[in-house]
This record gives sequence, structure tokens and C-alpha cells, in this order.
Amino acid sequence: MAKISVDGVEFDAKEGENLLQAVLSAQLELPYFCWHPSLGSVGACRQCAVIQYADEEDTQGRLIMACMTPVADGMRVSLEAAHARDFRASVIEWLMENHPHDCPVCEEGGECHLQDMTVMSGHTARRYRGNKRTFENQYLGPFLNHEMNRCITCYRCVRYYQDYAGGTDLQAFGSRARMYFGREEAGVLENPFSGNLVEVCPTGVFTDKPFSKTYTRKWDLQSAPSVCAGCAVGCNTIPSERYGRLKRVHNRYNGSVNGYFLCDRGRYGFGYVNDDARIHKVGVRAADGVFDVISAEEGEEKLGDIVRDGAIGIGSPRASLESNLALKVLVGEENFCTGLSSAEDALMRLILDVYECGGARIPTLAQVEEADAVLILGEDVLNTAPRVALAVRQSVRNESLEMAEQAGIPLWQEAGVRSHGRESASPLLVASLLPTELDELATHTCNGAPESLAAAGFAIAHRLNSAYAAGEELDGPTQSFVDDAAAVLSRAKRPLVISGTSLRNDGLIKAAANIAWALKAQGCDAGLLLTAAEANSCGVGMLGGGVDLDTALRAAAAGQALVVLENDVTRRADPDLVASAFSGSTAVAVLDSLENATTESASLVLPAATFAESTGTFVNYEGRAQRFFEVFAATGETAPAWRWLSKAGARAGRNDMHWQHVDQVVEAVASHPRLVGVADAAPNGGHRNAAGNRVPRAPHRYSGRTAMNAGVNIHEPKTQVDEETPLSYSMEGAMGDQPAALTSYVWSPGWNSNQSVFKFQQEVGGAMAGGDPGVRMLDAEPAQVDFAQRYRPLQTPIGAEGDGRFKLLPTHSIFGSEELSGRSQPIAERGPQAFIVLGAAEAARLQVAEGMGVRCPELDATFAVRVEESLAEGLAVVAMGLGGLGDEVPSERVTLEPDPEFVPPTTLIARG
Amino acid sequence: MSSSSKPLTERIETENGLVDLAAYQRAGGYDAARRVVTSMTPEEVQDLVKDANLRGRGGAGFPTGVKWSFVPKGDAAGPGHKYLVCNADEMEPGTFKDRYLLEYDPHLLVEGMIIGAYAIQADKAYVFMRGEYHEGFRQLSRAIDDAKAQGFLGSNVFGSDFSVDLGIHRSGGRYICGEETALLNALEGKRAQPRYKPPFPPASGAWGRPTIVNNVETLCNVPGILRHGAQWFQDLGNGDDAGTKLYGVSGRVNRPGLWELPIGTSIREIIEEHAGGMQAGYQLRGLLPGGASTDFLVEQHLDLPMDYGSIQAAGSRMGTGTMILMDDSICPVAMSVNLQHFFAQESCGFCTPCREGLPWLESLLIDIEEGRGNPGDLDVLSANASYIGAPGNTFCLHATGAMEPLNSALKYFREDFEAHIERGGCPYREGSA
Ligand SMILES: Cc1cc2nc3c(=O)[nH]c(=O)nc-3n(C[C@H](O)[C@H](O)[C@H](O)COP(=O)(O)O)c2cc1C
Ligand code: SF4
Ligand code: SF4
Ligand code: SF4
Ligand code: FES
Repeated sequence: MAKISVDGVEFDAKEGENLLQAVLSAQLELPYFCWHPSLGSVGACRQCAVIQYADEEDTQGRLIMACMTPVADGMRVSLEAAHARDFRASVIEWLMENHPHDCPVCEEGGECHLQDMTVMSGHTARRYRGNKRTFENQYLGPFLNHEMNRCITCYRCVRYYQDYAGGTDLQAFGSRARMYFGREEAGVLENPFSGNLVEVCPTGVFTDKPFSKTYTRKWDLQSAPSVCAGCAVGCNTIPSERYGRLKRVHNRYNGSVNGYFLCDRGRYGFGYVNDDARIHKVGVRAADGVFDVISAEEGEEKLGDIVRDGAIGIGSPRASLESNLALKVLVGEENFCTGLSSAEDALMRLILDVYECGGARIPTLAQVEEADAVLILGEDVLNTAPRVALAVRQSVRNESLEMAEQAGIPLWQEAGVRSHGRESASPLLVASLLPTELDELATHTCNGAPESLAAAGFAIAHRLNSAYAAGEELDGPTQSFVDDAAAVLSRAKRPLVISGTSLRNDGLIKAAANIAWALKAQGCDAGLLLTAAEANSCGVGMLGGGVDLDTALRAAAAGQALVVLENDVTRRADPDLVASAFSGSTAVAVLDSLENATTESASLVLPAATFAESTGTFVNYEGRAQRFFEVFAATGETAPAWRWLSKAGARAGRNDMHWQHVDQVVEAVASHPRLVGVADAAPNGGHRNAAGNRVPRAPHRYSGRTAMNAGVNIHEPKTQVDEETPLSYSMEGAMGDQPAALTSYVWSPGWNSNQSVFKFQQEVGGAMAGGDPGVRMLDAEPAQVDFAQRYRPLQTPIGAEGDGRFKLLPTHSIFGSEELSGRSQPIAERGPQAFIVLGAAEAARLQVAEGMGVRCPELDATFAVRVEESLAEGLAVVAMGLGGLGDEVPSERVTLEPDPEFVPPTTLIARG
Repeated sequence: MSSSSKPLTERIETENGLVDLAAYQRAGGYDAARRVVTSMTPEEVQDLVKDANLRGRGGAGFPTGVKWSFVPKGDAAGPGHKYLVCNADEMEPGTFKDRYLLEYDPHLLVEGMIIGAYAIQADKAYVFMRGEYHEGFRQLSRAIDDAKAQGFLGSNVFGSDFSVDLGIHRSGGRYICGEETALLNALEGKRAQPRYKPPFPPASGAWGRPTIVNNVETLCNVPGILRHGAQWFQDLGNGDDAGTKLYGVSGRVNRPGLWELPIGTSIREIIEEHAGGMQAGYQLRGLLPGGASTDFLVEQHLDLPMDYGSIQAAGSRMGTGTMILMDDSICPVAMSVNLQHFFAQESCGFCTPCREGLPWLESLLIDIEEGRGNPGDLDVLSANASYIGAPGNTFCLHATGAMEPLNSALKYFREDFEAHIERGGCPYREGSA
């Protein structure tokens, strides 16, 4: 700690931290542009100028850039000195020479950091008499608008996109006063984290393109704290609504999870909430096979009837814990299935077993960034848990951070750190089925079928500690990967092993656990991160079911009634089994938000609310329970599924599930010993601040409430009252002193943009005030188990059977593989065409080449061919969720044949 | 090599043009490098250069031996290369001294770089050369090939265990590439934008490794020092500074050109004796002593010695030592427009005051020159010029340098600026029209 004096006021600051960050952490006001807490300082904008005095006698001082100056004990500075203020106003005046005065038509307006800093710096009158410069804008794909005239040349976009996210197709072009930030030529910005540019750019150059289709000012948006439903990472989000339409998703800072950044699936994958295929009414299938609309009461009654004499309940990894619990209570544990596919369910149980052994730390994403050696075993994280990949990308910098530290370069001095350590990367070892995007950062890679990757994993654990059994013999390259991995990992202080369920191979998870445990036993702080597929896979896994999906479907096929919760089971089980369940079951009740193959086969359909219209809990990969809140109330008959289930229970004469209120369901969830923490994931509905206020969903400048519906009805609608949560459906309440889990938007006087988030943090870039949201529920003390003996390698020989058929293996695409986001227009636009990957020899045998088509008669599907040299004979890899595929590949081997009819998609080069 | 008073240019004069390898060796060339590499320690070389008081000829005048001593030695340097980079970017307007050496005596630079590389134990050396220097490139390339063929470069230089590779990088052509850290970025293939210091290049330079950047003329002084000793070099200078200096004059003098003279020769002597004085009918009104990025000096400064200290004391900088004269037919406002156009155009675009401020000043100056100036404009000009020009206010010294001729023009020729605004036009144009 250092004592520094700022305008005569003394306070403690972190020695060596940059002064700008220290000043902001002390809640003082100092304008800035180019500095960003995750991107460090580069000294480009010169906006953060302050006066530093040499000593007590010095009355003149000298101008310094706060962001480039390390805090030192006894430092004396002034933010208010006239010279500093004037210089800062000059910086704005220079920037404003060319910045168009188009705030009224600019989508950044009202949440623009440049507007805020302009007001803060006090520049008001224009003296520059020249013309403003203009540029041509580019088509950048479905996610982002580009309006280069607004650029203030702060370099944040390229520093984020290239340095932080590893993108290559956004660059700084030109020089002097004609700097241009864009692509070499118009075209889709390829990096899957591109959407963060919306929040990184301090002006309106990069704005949210889907949002602009039905644009609303920030001050007119109603928002709530939420959790991304896109994958198991559980990034915190702020979705926003107006006129009953979900408009956009912004990042919600969580220092332990997503920090400042989301992936593009998470930011742009919400469109299904507004989809035409939303189910709004209760439907019952009539004798002629067509759905009749019935009333909500009739729906409850019917559901009650279906469950009265017992039913099988299929839960869902994309539904809240609350709804899953309600179904579980309704049908009874022995009849409840998690809704995970049988294969994934087994893996989820395995993961919980691993975690409950307590043999290694489960890292937060922030801790992933701190790992000094990372081994990824089999999981293509960029496509299955995207934000993890972005964190891994930061971890490889640790070596260069260490070098910088030794060279006395402050770690926030971003350009210095990068140029000093550019050739030094921390080890990243990637063992994967196919080459992955992270390979470009990897120090070691190896490709193979899941079984051989698992064998490699067991061998690594064995090399680390011979008490862990080795698996099969390995080929040369794999063996050398194993040798390197063992050597590299055992040198690390904070090694991390990442694996997951996506290849549906338990050996990978067991091997990953063995490696992490073996490392931990060597005394280092080993981490183990096991990802699952969906936002609540871990949650339903922890809730647990008495039967697995295939068993449940078989029971239905044998005549049991079936209740399906937010789950298109056709994606997760064998199609024949699903068909026999639907036809054999006495009744199939489906609660869901969107029409899908399962709702189509239902006898009763009930409209379930999406995450945006309901409150509930997801549990992410680390076992962190996180609450998402209703952004807007469900309209019409749509209701959170737990409410339907509870009402049906009441109709069926149950008196143990009379839940009126989500808190009651939360309480019921938390009565489960594994899920106690869920109760504390967020304050309950009774929470008020010291002055008795709720937290508003609408900002203080929310406008037009009284006239919003005037086109329909001139009577002003009554303000909706939220009976369940501590949030209000209005601008009434207090924003600022709420627990972080309730932060519905970030806004602070003078700070209208998302930059205001520092006002809600304990220190800039640190944890949220009061602690980061979420409760971790899987941290366990090491159990009394024989770690080395717990998971032993299986002997599963692999290889072609020589009959020309193919074993299908799954791969994933960040855009398109996940069910709901894949049905959102901008994501669908970015998703690839259904593809199949073949080894070179197999492609030759089938006489197909890259870009040609093959058909699979068993799946009745056609795929574009990709050829991957290394893929073994008898294997073919298909992308899940695309081209009619669900989340599982068939277990039987299939035939493939060239498809001469296949037409490759025309490539879109540019669209204006 | 005789202990001459013109160690930089004597061979060129003897040969009446290009000094090739044979001519260079005839004059004792490479003897110093051979002796250094085979019989001296790097520290001895550094100490000798320190004792000689050689100061950088690239503009800032930093003591060369001291700079070399900042390069970490032995294990402290960590694993990897060390670099010596010769700054041959020379884009300073009015400056053509390095070009002369490159085109006519390239072996002098090669030898200086062998010694410099040895002194800092660099195994990689580059010459970063202005893109338009075609002849310089041709001659230096040949010199490097010839030296390599002799075993003076590459592995085991002069049969010793010391090895150094020397290559030429031809600049894409921006003034900022001459700023040493922007130069390093450009050399690495990145955007030519400066780096923040610290870390300074000797600690972390090219590719993050210890690096020394020296000007062509600086390095060309090294062989002489090693050959004739520190005292000899000290004695070459007049006054406080040591050695000779290439001085140049451009403008309306009788013999514009370049001369090697004892450092500290007076401005008057350079202009009147060597450049032959002003052309008939022209009066000297002011001069930029060391290139476009130095403050104007005027009549009263003519008897100052051209050395680092004296010119600095007079409020300017010796810079590159190649002066640009402004005579009484030249409008100071028009000259300021011209200069600011150059600096605005050559801004790298990284920091706001320079990128956005310089074009504004340029457009204000154009307004004044073309008769659209307002009474308040001079205040705007000076306020901006002082904000932009204070060292540290901008990211690098480009903008600081840009403001030197403007601030001093506003000081010495203020009445010209005022006259433009009052009369709504340029008096010089009216006069000639
Ligand atoms: C804008 C700018 C341009 C420069 N251009 C050159 C140049 O063309 N040649 C040069 O030797 N030094 C140039 N310098 C100075 C170099 O940064 C550096 O100080 C010099 O090369 C060091 O060499 P020395 O110690 O031998 O003088 C420039 C500096 C600035 C700020
Ligand atoms: S586009 Fe935005 S982020 Fe990029 S330099 Fe311009 S203002 Fe900064
Ligand atoms: S990584 Fe997963 S949770 Fe995070 S934004 Fe992307 S899809 Fe959502
Ligand atoms: S002063 Fe700033 S904009 Fe100008 S050249 Fe230097 S770094 Fe670039
Ligand atoms: S924030 Fe300090 S210079 Fe940009």
C-alpha cells in the first residue's frame, strides 16, 4: 500500500498500480478513453492527464498521464489543477474536430463514453473551423454495425480484438489523422468474441446490429440481472426489453466468471425469445391430430389428470433448477429423469463424483486466466464452452507477464509487456479429436479418436505418478505428447486440466481427473475444469433423477404417461426409441417455449416462459448457482414451467407443492443437500435496501411509460407489480447499493455508459461490491478415497471394422450446435452448413473432396465434406445441431455415400 | 589512416568519391575492428567510447558509451539475441549527412557497427534505411557483401569467437520510423508507432531483447576513436564537445552543402565561410539549426558555437546539425504552414494531441496565410502549440519537435503573423504579386 495525496486528500492506493486505476478505485472522477481494465494502459488518448508535484514546495507540477504512471508512496497529484483541466478539455476539443455531432441518430447516444467524457472535461464550444473527415463503412456480418466517422482513434478495438481475443481480421490501417479501424475488405468479422466491440468501443463505431433493427435508447430499456443460457459457463448478462420484446444482451460484470466479456453465442443467441414459433397458448391435440386451444385452467386440469396416476417426468438442462425440481416433486424421484441424454447423464454423474472427491480445485474463469500451464483433453472449448477458450487465451500470457515483472515493466503497461515477452508463451497442450482454433497458441498438440486421447491422458497421469495406471500402448507422436505434457505440467505452479462431456467419453474425464489429482499430490495448486453442454447441465445433474432418459422413454413406450419439461427429446435419444415413446405413451404433456419436434408429437402443450420472462437458477460448470431474473413479465398464458407444474400438482390433489412464489420453489430446491447454496445465490423477494427500496429494472430516465400503449389503448396501464423478486417493474427504487446479484443495469451520475461498472466494483477490475454473484456448491475437502485407484483406464480397442461403414463422432460449432441460440437469426446466419469430417483415405475411398457432399441414408441427411488428414479410417465426425442432427450421434455405425446432387452454399462475400 | 582532422570524410576526399573496400583498407580500414574483436574486452571498448565523449549524432546527443553500458551483460541478458541497429532513416527535412556517408564510405559504417556490436555483444545488427536511399542501399549492400567475403562479418569475425550478422531493412517511408522505438516496431513488421519508455531499448528493444539504436554518423565516429584514442577525439572538438560534426546548410546561400568541421564551429563560420554567405540581395532572417524539428534562431545567435550545450542554452537544439535558413523573401507564416503540413502528415496517428492537434494548427496557419485569420487565432495557436509541444504531453517527441519551429516562429516573427491577420492576407505575396 502507498499513501498518495490527490488534490490534498490522502488515501491508500496499491503501490505500483497505475494512477488512473487507483483514482477510479477511490471513486474519483477522471476521464479516459484508451485504458481498459482488461486491456491495460497504452497512453494513446492523453485524456487522463493530471498534474504531479515533485514535493511539498512544488506549486507548478508537471503534466503526466495517470494511466501510464505507477502509484508511489508519498505521491502528490492534482486532478483539479487548472492546467490539467484545460489540457483534458483540449484533448476533447481535438477529438471533437472530426467527431460527427450526430448523437441524436447515433445508437451509442445516451450510453456513450465519449459523451460522458466530453461533459466531464468541460469542452463546450467548437473553435475548429475545418471540415470533418469522412470514411467509408464496411459490412461486418450480422453482429456489428460500422460507422467509422465516429471513431476517436483510441485503439481499444484492435487491442481487444487482436491482442485479447486473438482475431486477425480487424486492423488499424493508415496513419496520422486518417486512421481506419476495419477489415482489409468488407466481410464478416470472424472472431467469435467480436460482439464485445460494442462495449469496448467508447463511441458509436461498433454498435449492436440486431439491436438496431428495433432500436431503443438505453434509458428506455427495462433490464434485469440474468445468466446466459448458451452453455455451461454461466456468463452473467443484462438482457433488456421494451414493448415486450427482448432487445439485446449486454455483459454483466462478474469478476470470477465472465469479467467484461461474453461470447457471440451468448450476446446474439437470444432471438428465439421473440420468435414467431413461440408457444403462447395451451394446446390439446384433438382426434384429428390438430391442436385445439384450451384455457389455462383447462390446461392445468389436463396436466393434473395426466400426472394423477403417475407419470414419467423428463427434465431439462436448459430449464431452471426450480422448474426441474417442480417436475421432480410432481412425478417423484423414481420417475424423474434429468433430461440429459443417457450418455451425458452418466458423464454428469461421473463429473460430480470426481468433484466430490475434492482432489483438485475447480477453477473460476478468472483462475483459468492465471494458470501457468494448461492441458485440454478432448474438449473443443471454443465451440462448447466458448468463454473458457477466451480465458485460456489469456493464460498463455502468464510467462510473458512473469518476464515483464522481472524486467520491472508494470503489468498494466500493455504494449511494453507484449513487446518484451512476445516470444514467450506459457505452455498450452491441446489433445483433440480434430485440430482446434486454440492450436495456434498451443505449445504441444495431438489429435486422435476419443479413446486414444483418453489413453494419452491416463498415460500422462501415470508418468506423473506411477500409482495411476497407464492405459494402452500409444503411437509415437502421442507418446511424445504424453512425455512433454507430463514434463511441462509438473513444472507448473498452477497447472490446469480441462476436459468435458462433449465427446461422450468417460475415459477423458477420468484421465483428466487422474492427471489433476496426480499433479495436486505433487504439491502444486492444480485445477480441474470439466465442462458440460448446457446452462444447467450441472444443475440437473446435482438435482439427480431416478431414471435415465432411455429408460424413461422405454417406460413411456410401455404405456406410462409422459411429462416433458423444456426439452426436445428428439435431440437426445435414438429416434426410434423416441417415436415408440410418443406412440406408446398414454399422454405426452410438453411444457416449452418454442415449437419443436417434441411439441409436435405432444398431446398437451403448455407455454413455458423463457429465461427472459422467468426467475430461476442455473448451475454452471464450477457448481456455481446463479440466479437469473425476469426481464419482463410473461404475457398471456405463458408462465414459468414450475408454476404450471405446481398448479397441476394442486389439481392432482397434491398438497406438497402449493408454490405461489419462486422463493418457495428456491427453498424447496435448497432443501436438497447438494443444493443448499441455491438459497443464497441471490436475495429473496423480500430484500430491500436500508431505505426500504427495491432495485429498479428501468433506469431513472425511462420515458414514455404512460404513452407506450397509446396506439392500442389510451388508458395508461397500471404499473406492473413484481410480487416475487426484489426488483421493480419501473424506475422506482434505488440502484447502487444492491447486492451484485441484483444489478439490473449499470449507470451512475455522469457515467451513462457501461464504463460505469467500476462504480459497482470493490476496486476497478476486482470483485463486485459485496462479492461476485453466485454460490459455489461443489468445493469439497479431499475425500478419504484412494485417488490413484478410483478411475482405471478401460481397454477399448478402436479402429475400423473393415466393412466400409463409419463410426460417427461429434464435433460442435459455437454457432448452431446449441439448440435455442441456433434458432436465433444472427447466430443461424453465422452457423456453418451441416458438415462431416473424413480422413484423407476415407475421402479418397468415397471419391469425395473438400466441399463436395456425402449422404448418410441411416440419418437421412446430407453433409458438406471436410477432409482432415489425421482422422483415422472408419471414423467420421459430424457437427451436432446442424442439418437436422441433435445432440447425440447414433451409436451404430453408418454408411456414407457420395451425393452428386449436393450443391455447396454460395459464399457470401459482402453485403452492404 | 593519418590522424586527420576529418576522420569521417577524408577518404571520400582522397578518392574523390566512393571509397571501396580496397581503398578503405588502404587507408587503414578494419584495423581497428580487427584489434577490438581479437584483443579488447567489450568493457574496454565501451570505456574508450565513453572517455572520448562521443555523443549521439541522431539529434538527442546522448553519450554513446554510456548508452552501450546499459545493455545487460552475460547471464543478466537472459537467453536470446542482442541487437545493434543503425538508424539510417534520415527523414528530417534539410538533412542529408547520413546519406553522404552511406553513399561514399559505407565500409566506415560497417566497421563502426562491427565494433559497436562487439562492445554490446550483439549477434544481430541491422541498418534501418530510408526507403528512398537507393544509392546508399546499393553501396552499403556491396560493402556488406565484401566485408562478409573477407570474414569481417558473419561467423567468427576476424577469426575470433565473436559472430555478428549485418542486414539492411529498407523503410516503408515514414518520418516516425526514425524515432528509435517506432523504428524497432517497423523492423519487427509492426505498425511504425513508438513504444512507451521505459523499458528503454537497451533493456527491451527489438523482439523484446536488449538493443542499441545509433545514428549512422554516431557509428561512423567509432572506428576513429578506437584507432586514435579518446584524447585524439576529444581534441578534435572546439569547446565542450568532442569530435567532428557533419554540418549542412540549405537555403539561399552561395554554396549550400555539407562539411565536416570541428564540433562547436560557430554558426557564422559555417554560413559565411563554408556556405559562402547569403546570396546577393537576400538577408538572413532566421534559421533552424538542426533540421525542421528545432527552434528558430535569429541574427543574435550567429556567433554561437554549434554544439549541444550552446544551442540548447539559446532555446533550440543542435539536432542533426544541418541547418535550414530563412531569408527575407520567405514568409514565416508560409514556412510554418509548410513545416506543419509535414509534421501533421508524418504523425503516426497514435496519440490525440499530435494526430488531431497538428492538422488543426496547419489549417489555422493556412487560414492566416490565405487571409482568413481571425484576431483570436494567435491565442489558439499558441495555447495549442504549448499544450502539444510540452515534452511528455504527447506520446513521443514527434509533436514536441513539430512545435519547436512554431513556438519560436511565434516568438521571433509574431509581427508577421499579426500583419497577416490585420491585412487579411500575406504581405509577401502581395509584394511579389
Ligand atoms: C520523430 C523523430 C524522428 C527521428 N528521426 C531520426 C532519424 O531519422 N535518424 C536518427 O538517427 N535519429 C532520429 N531520431 C532520434 C532517434 O530516436 C534516436 O534518438 C537516435 O537514433 C539515437 O541515435 P544516437 O544516440 O546515435 O543519436 C528521431 C527522433 C524522433 C522523435
Ligand atoms: S473504432 Fe472505437 S474502439 Fe476502435 S479506435 Fe475508433 S473509437 Fe476506438
Ligand atoms: S461462453 Fe457460454 S455462457 Fe458465456 S456468453 Fe458464451 S454461450 Fe453464454
Ligand atoms: S506524438 Fe503521438 S501521434 Fe505523434 S508521432 Fe508521436 S506517438 Fe505518434
Ligand atoms: S487513458 Fe491515459 S492516455 Fe488514454
